[in-house]
Amino acid sequence: MTARDLLPIAVAVALTALVPLFVTTNTVLNFLVLVLIVALAAQGWNILGGFGGQFSFGHAAFFGTGAYATAILQTRFGVNAWAGFALGVAAGALAGWIIGYLSFRSGLRGSYFALVTLAFAEVFRILANAAEVTGGAAGMLIKLDMRPANFQFASRAVFFWVALALVAAALVLTRGIECSRFGARLVAIRENEEAAQALGVDTLRTKLAAITLSAGVTAASGCLYAQYFLFVDAQIAYGTWISVEALLAPIIGGAGTAFGPLIGALSLHALGEIAKLFAGRVPGIDLALFGCLLVAAVAFAPEGILGLARRTRPRLKPAAG
Amino acid sequence: MLVAESISKRFGGLTALNDVSLNVKPGSITGLIGPNGAGKTTLFAIIAGFLRPTAGRVLFEDRDVTTEPPHRRAQLGIARTFQIVQPFAGLTVVENIAVGAYLRHPRRADALARATKVARRVGLGAELEKPAASLTIAGRKRLELARALATEPKLLLLDEVLAGLNPSEIRDMAPVVRSIRDEGVTILMTEHVMQAVMSLCESVYVLSEGRLIAQGAPQAVCEDRQVVEAYLGRGAAARFRPAGAALA
Ligand SMILES: Nc1ncnc2c1ncn2[C@@H]1O[C@H](COP(=O)(O)OP(=O)(O)OP(=O)(O)O)[C@@H](O)[C@H]1O
Ligand SMILES: [Mg+2]
Repeated sequence: MTARDLLPIAVAVALTALVPLFVTTNTVLNFLVLVLIVALAAQGWNILGGFGGQFSFGHAAFFGTGAYATAILQTRFGVNAWAGFALGVAAGALAGWIIGYLSFRSGLRGSYFALVTLAFAEVFRILANAAEVTGGAAGMLIKLDMRPANFQFASRAVFFWVALALVAAALVLTRGIECSRFGARLVAIRENEEAAQALGVDTLRTKLAAITLSAGVTAASGCLYAQYFLFVDAQIAYGTWISVEALLAPIIGGAGTAFGPLIGALSLHALGEIAKLFAGRVPGIDLALFGCLLVAAVAFAPEGILGLARRTRPRLKPAAG
Repeated sequence: MLVAESISKRFGGLTALNDVSLNVKPGSITGLIGPNGAGKTTLFAIIAGFLRPTAGRVLFEDRDVTTEPPHRRAQLGIARTFQIVQPFAGLTVVENIAVGAYLRHPRRADALARATKVARRVGLGAELEKPAASLTIAGRKRLELARALATEPKLLLLDEVLAGLNPSEIRDMAPVVRSIRDEGVTILMTEHVMQAVMSLCESVYVLSEGRLIAQGAPQAVCEDRQVVEAYLGRGAAARFRPAGAALA
């Protein structure tokens, strides 16, 4: 990874960081923070799904584990919120490794893997909804104490910047993967697992590393969510909504690219807001729109918005020779 | 270098390989021929670790590798190509080859440099940045060879890398195969193009219906009555003849 590889990330993040200086309304900042949280979850999904081609339908399992771990550690054990955040990420990564070990070692691929991840997320949701330590169906509140030491900020702009910093870290991580042997091997597995093995790729190990990283990043998003809303329950943490958004955003934006999840999350939520504006209070209109969008993306832009842009842009490089 | 000891492989009721033994000498080009369905690809898959034999052992450099997974065998120095080409379709030619090169060169710049060199070597130098999916069949065969070669193997298993190529493409590829051996890579190859087998291989094993029916110098083997019968008797002559005729 060279400075040139990181330049687009630096520019994009720096420009985005300026937004709260111009936009100060709470609604807009709320919207943007939610977009960043979803983008982070989607960046996690993208490592495993976009690069590795292992489509998970259950990234809620990691998002929720991060959210619950940080909430439980703070409220039940008095752990500091930042330490809780780190431990939440670790707990999510561990959940990823375990689910990966169980499914990849038994050779699950494609739709079987997708269904198993979905099943894990659902089991976690049911357990969290029933267990005592998670506050059962009532969920749990994190005590309000607006101090940076508690990962709580009176200003939404500051929270925006913290979320942006995490998204930026995930962008750098993704770019690092893109430029490494690990990334090349992961993509090789996506394209043809048998051929990858023949070239000396330990496919189990590579997939395990991918799901662990992937789950860790998505768990960070869950922790962020818990710190922002100071509330977690099973429907939110382990709900299908986040599994769907985590996979939809990269597919719409461009799976297997560094910026795809971010662009996808922004597009999805912008469209959702516009739909709400026009269709008013028709319940579920944004979800119906997401569905149509997914169909359109799969049919017309299988490489997402970034792929579409690349294909329609006139070639900058003159053809060789 | 490579010793296969009494390999048998059954798929349910079908015996694809029956007590097959072979010995590949270091620095040689050894041929493995036989009619369609003889079990050549199955034997390659067993040597490379993609299938476990029902019975028998695979020894590589005096070491029993029968239970080693494919990626371990690649690390030890066994590389294979696939008869049905398996490109990483979404990647460029050089990225495809780099996946192989990463085995011995963990750094990206080294792997790409190595991949570029190997691409030139097999005649893909002009196609480095093209998507693998856009290659012709001849190009894809070259890509198979390049990727395997990029792992810097000691033993290279070539499964019909010349099949589907026209005579002039075969004339281009044969010297490449020979030059790879000249650099010290041992080669075991299956081929239906007899002309190529005759000119490249020092020693040939003949499989038919899962059994080894002959072995020796290519010339002698071709005159073997059993071998002729195996080919003609099974009606494989139809495939055998056009391949030979195309070269004439
Ligand atoms: N995975 C499998 N399951 C069941 N049968 C198989 C399997 N793989 C191969 N076979 C059978 O084993 C036999 C040997 O097949 P193999 O592909 O090894 O032949 P081959 O010598 O490579 O033929 P060709 O010249 O057509 O490539 C065939 O009858 C084939 O149908
Ligand atoms: Mg075959």
